Amino acid sequence: MSEQLVRFRGGGFRPEAKRGAGLVVFVLLLLVIEWGTRAGWISNLTLPRPSDVGATLAGLAQSGMLWTHLVPSLTRLVVGAALGISVGIGVGVMIGLFSYVRAGLVPLVAAMFPIPKIALLPLFVIWFGIDEGSKYALIALGTFTPTVVSTYGAVDNVDRGLIRMGQSFNLSWWSIVRKIVLPGALPGILSGLRVSLAIGIILLVAAEMLGAEYGIGAYILQAGSLYDLERLFAGVVILSALGVLISWIVGQMEKRLLVWRG
Amino acid sequence: MDLSLNKITHRYGDMLVLDDISLNIPDGEILCVIGPSGCGKSTLLRMIGGLERPDQGQVTQVGEVPQGCLNPLTFVFQDFALLPWRTVAGNISLVLEDHGLKGSEIDRIISDVLARTKLSDFRDALPRQLSGGMKQRVAIARALAVNPAVMLLDEPLSALDAQTRELLMDDLVGLWARQPFTGVYVTHNLAEAVRLGHRIAVLSRRPGCIREVIEIGRPLTERRTGDPELEALQKRLWDLMREEALAADQELLNV
Repeated sequence: MSEQLVRFRGGGFRPEAKRGAGLVVFVLLLLVIEWGTRAGWISNLTLPRPSDVGATLAGLAQSGMLWTHLVPSLTRLVVGAALGISVGIGVGVMIGLFSYVRAGLVPLVAAMFPIPKIALLPLFVIWFGIDEGSKYALIALGTFTPTVVSTYGAVDNVDRGLIRMGQSFNLSWWSIVRKIVLPGALPGILSGLRVSLAIGIILLVAAEMLGAEYGIGAYILQAGSLYDLERLFAGVVILSALGVLISWIVGQMEKRLLVWRG
Repeated sequence: MDLSLNKITHRYGDMLVLDDISLNIPDGEILCVIGPSGCGKSTLLRMIGGLERPDQGQVTQVGEVPQGCLNPLTFVFQDFALLPWRTVAGNISLVLEDHGLKGSEIDRIISDVLARTKLSDFRDALPRQLSGGMKQRVAIARALAVNPAVMLLDEPLSALDAQTRELLMDDLVGLWARQPFTGVYVTHNLAEAVRLGHRIAVLSRRPGCIREVIEIGRPLTERRTGDPELEALQKRLWDLMREEALAADQELLNV
């Protein structure tokens, strides 16, 4: 009788959380660029030296200009996104609940979604003025459409069995919406929020490229037209950090509000 | 309060699913409805509870709704239908909140039904922390909280394993013995039917119509699994259904 151990063949295909791997890649990439720019095989027209970008950022923070640029940008993002997202959630829930609203608005939203909102900026300037109004409107419209789509998708995905249960206990329509539909749609709405807010940041920069004295977008645009790579990249780093921060905030909201998912 | 079904007929498109069903459900009695899969027994239950509308025929409540009853026709679902974001107590208070009861009264009812279903220790647990059997106990507690005139049980034990099912059957019998309720119990499990039914209505394959209604004289509390009389009855039910179940199994689903 020949004997043979059974070979294990069930491994792999299961992503595992590897802590710090992302950071290592990031630091390595920076080190390679730093080395390349110092050694000269990356010309300083191609990429700025990471340490110089860091120094520019530090200078920006010390001179107080960082806040001068950051505060108007954050205000625009917060006001615009709050408008777009709250109206978007409202409209999305209405689409989810009422067949007529759905039939009337879904095609409209589908038509609005693919329009590059940046292309409408001149129009917004005429409608809302060259000041903050047009910037709020651009960010609001940009966050509105993805929020609507994700919200009504989330409402559609609420377990019909739970709604049936609510009806079987004679819950009022409003109770069913408030206690079953909205909490059930919350996970989908929150994950839609990530996408909407990222789009909000993109549009923030676009909006500030037109007639803004201060703001991260204006800062980047200025640096770009002067071909000042250090400052350009410093601006980009700030935007990335903003993106990471927003994603973290949404993550915290999910943690707090969706404890029941475990 | 009695329930009476009068000539219920229903179609899905061209397909006749329920054909001329008339039944009486007297107060304080559990009627089990059994039949092969796809015979429309769950549809029938939803019609009794007003969640679906039959094409023809009607369901009538005969007599007064008892005092203190918040929701006369109350369902217990196969998939429990608990809100995952509410605790055990929260899931029960959900069905009490719309009735203008005082907070203390709601608390009293919750404590009472949790005690009756032996769930008092799990008041603040979330559904995901509970086993299937516990979840169904919560759903039963929720149903008891509104003090129903008729309990409509839609395969309540079908999602549970055999041992849990056995335990919950004992619990249901215990609940009924303490305070007899009227029940319509839909199942495809014959053992459940002979344990819990005062009468058993056997539905035929699609289109569902009543083949036979069998009465069981023995009181619920005196029935045990493995009882020869019940086993014989179960066998008789199986003989009635066997061929239809086979045919139903081999049917193509072109719906």
